[in-house]
Amino acid sequence: MQLKQTKFSKNLILDLMRISKLPVARALAALCFVIVLGMIFNADGAFFKWDTHRDMLRHISVFGILACGMTLVIITAGIDLSVGSILGLTAVLFSLFTIHLGWPPFFAVLICLAAGLSCGFTSGFVIDRFKVQPFIATLAMMVFARGIAKWVSGGQKISTAVLQTDGTYQYVEAPPVFNLINSKIFHENIAVVTLIFLGSILICWLVLSKLRWGRHIYAVGGNEEASRLSGIPVTATKLLVYGASGFFCAVAGICQAAQELQGDPEAGMTYELTAIAIVVIGGTNLLGGTGGIGLTFIGAMTIGYLEKILSINAVGEASRLMLTGVIIVGAVMFQKYRK
Amino acid sequence: MHSNTHHTERAHPEKPLLQMKNIHKSFSGVKVLDGVCFDLKKGEIHVLAGENGAGKTTLVKILSGAHTDHSGDVYLDGALVRFVSPSHAAKYGISAIYQERSLVNSMSVRDNIFLGKEKTDLLGRMNFKQENDLARHVLQQLGLDIDISRPLSSYPLSVKQMIEIAKALVNESKIIIMDEPTSALNTMETSHLFEIINELKKNGHGIVFISHRLEEIYNIADRITVLRDGKYIGTSVPDRLSSKNLVKWMVGRELKEQFPSRTPFSKKKSSVILSVRDLSLNNKSISFDLYSGEILGIAGLQGSGKSLILHSLFGTFGKPDLGHMSLDHREHMVKSPAKSIQNGIALLTNDRKNNGLVFDMSVKENITLASLSKFLKWGWIQKKKEDFVVSRMFESFHIKAKSMEQTVSTLSGGNQQKVLLAKWLMTNPKVLFLDEPTIGIDVAAKHEIYKLMNQWRDQGLGQILITSELPELLALSDRILVLHRGRLSALYEQHEATQEKILRSAMGQCN
Repeated sequence: MQLKQTKFSKNLILDLMRISKLPVARALAALCFVIVLGMIFNADGAFFKWDTHRDMLRHISVFGILACGMTLVIITAGIDLSVGSILGLTAVLFSLFTIHLGWPPFFAVLICLAAGLSCGFTSGFVIDRFKVQPFIATLAMMVFARGIAKWVSGGQKISTAVLQTDGTYQYVEAPPVFNLINSKIFHENIAVVTLIFLGSILICWLVLSKLRWGRHIYAVGGNEEASRLSGIPVTATKLLVYGASGFFCAVAGICQAAQELQGDPEAGMTYELTAIAIVVIGGTNLLGGTGGIGLTFIGAMTIGYLEKILSINAVGEASRLMLTGVIIVGAVMFQKYRK
Repeated sequence: MHSNTHHTERAHPEKPLLQMKNIHKSFSGVKVLDGVCFDLKKGEIHVLAGENGAGKTTLVKILSGAHTDHSGDVYLDGALVRFVSPSHAAKYGISAIYQERSLVNSMSVRDNIFLGKEKTDLLGRMNFKQENDLARHVLQQLGLDIDISRPLSSYPLSVKQMIEIAKALVNESKIIIMDEPTSALNTMETSHLFEIINELKKNGHGIVFISHRLEEIYNIADRITVLRDGKYIGTSVPDRLSSKNLVKWMVGRELKEQFPSRTPFSKKKSSVILSVRDLSLNNKSISFDLYSGEILGIAGLQGSGKSLILHSLFGTFGKPDLGHMSLDHREHMVKSPAKSIQNGIALLTNDRKNNGLVFDMSVKENITLASLSKFLKWGWIQKKKEDFVVSRMFESFHIKAKSMEQTVSTLSGGNQQKVLLAKWLMTNPKVLFLDEPTIGIDVAAKHEIYKLMNQWRDQGLGQILITSELPELLALSDRILVLHRGRLSALYEQHEATQEKILRSAMGQCN
């Protein structure tokens, strides 16, 4: 009896050790740690209100959508630095089409998605065809897309103040599509952008774990040459992930424009870094071949809560940035601590 | 036989250079070494043998300071030592040449030789003259005439191996550990390496040598120590240990013969399944036929273009410049690996780590990697069907893993190789190209792979085999094609082929 007891507890400990080595467990541990921090520094109970959580989700959604595409790219052992710029470009395009040109929203959305997609495809094509390193190719796209955004907008924010022929500005009503995307539904309990973020997560999950493309993405990231020799369409896979990343940038860009009620050509600066941080904090390895979209979701929540806790406690920006840096390193080190 | 026995008896009272006593070591609760003893004398080549996972590499890693959390004692020249790091062990004159090489390809030969032990003055300024002189001296000792200022990447693997040894010599190592140094070398390079090892032995170095190749072990060993499942099995001089007994020590049971028996092949009963005409390789063309139910061996020295032929036919480099190929009496246009797989060609590459397996993926995902289209419905993977088919494959190949969900990086070499074979069998090939199918795997796993190959041969699969182990090539091939510098230099039937004939043809001598 005594013996059985110890054997059982030993197995339990071994099981726990095994589970604790799983990336999901690590990511969840980091998230729990941040939530516990929030419970301690709850800013007079503000942390326990649903509104706080809803706003956190709403705030992180745009970054989360970018991180969805970034996850696919990083699993193929690539990186996409252009996501912030493509977001800026599509935000400008969307505002221009709907506010200034008065296009029907459906059509404007379609063109914006196509623009994002073609930016992504271009990066993918350059990377695959000319064997340019993803870092360099998407760095070039980052600069280039920002350039288009400034050219299209003339360097001005595309807002509801429309320039008239006589040189005066007249404020126009924002198109209803802006309000739709920026609204909260279910009795103001969840933001539409959050739903779009969750939808993006779901699509990526389907692609990664149910469709053949997912298998191809992991295989190419794990061992590109072995994949090619196994008959996997490496070129198509790369075009797919960079294209998907561009597509999600466009989705995020539309959301951003709706939230800000304008298309700012400077929008999305340094967003690529937040998106990468989300993916990495989730536990997806920059070397490729491992990771998953569920991890990215947890990573997004972790970063979201972190920023929320710092802001409800009114921590100044300087300390906030420093603390965020320290905590990101801490979380990633915690995940790496395996061997 | 007598002289050898004498030698060991006379050497006995001598104080051993190295003694390892009662070594224990565990990895996260799993015992990998269980009371292992090992000793080494001056001027001795002591072979450490055993299957994959027997604990050989763990033992030498303890000796070289790479693993430190073991129990048991290590004596060097009779004094108790405990190494805390590889550089600590290096100070005591122990150098290890691991399977994974510790060289930097982009740096020059000289910089590699002195990596981490740069000759500098007190201010940290490099003394290039001293380094150059010493490097030249050591390389001369090794019989290597190369430009030491050129980057290492411009030299073949065999030279890199010598550079590793040069590093050990510069370090004035008394003990040199070599973990499967010959696994990537051909017969000529191996014999050159052995000359050098014998030279080192004469100079009084003690050498620990790990190898999987029986032939090689008997060629070079002064003594053999066998480990199995982390336990010490025994030590013997080669003359007192027959190869049959050695295998028995390693495997724990008797393997009836090294190569399984099979029915002889007759061309008349089968038909040509793959015919290659005027395939151009480096401005030389080659033609040959492969029959169904035949294993066609290809022999040749490094650089003779053996692997190149298989890769050209498979479409690794895209479209070849010239040449016709017909597969099963139909014209086969080489275009890409994907197209070739569709047409029924499979290529097992010789480097499972770099272009064979996807290490982060599970056994299952690796097995279906090249045949995923069979498990698709509207682009969705039918997981149940995949599980069902793979589990049958998993059992028939006797893959030793906890489950088919285990990642392949955690499997032993032999099991990884079986996963690769299973992957290619899943594509239902008409012809199977095998480039070093038994590289770096243990005796028992080799035997299983031989049996599988014979089984497919009986089922009428055409196979082309490349292997740098001549006994394996001779035993398994129905016909042997010998290449010399990309040209066909001889073709032997199995009964007329011998090692000498093949080597002579490989070096370009006509018979």
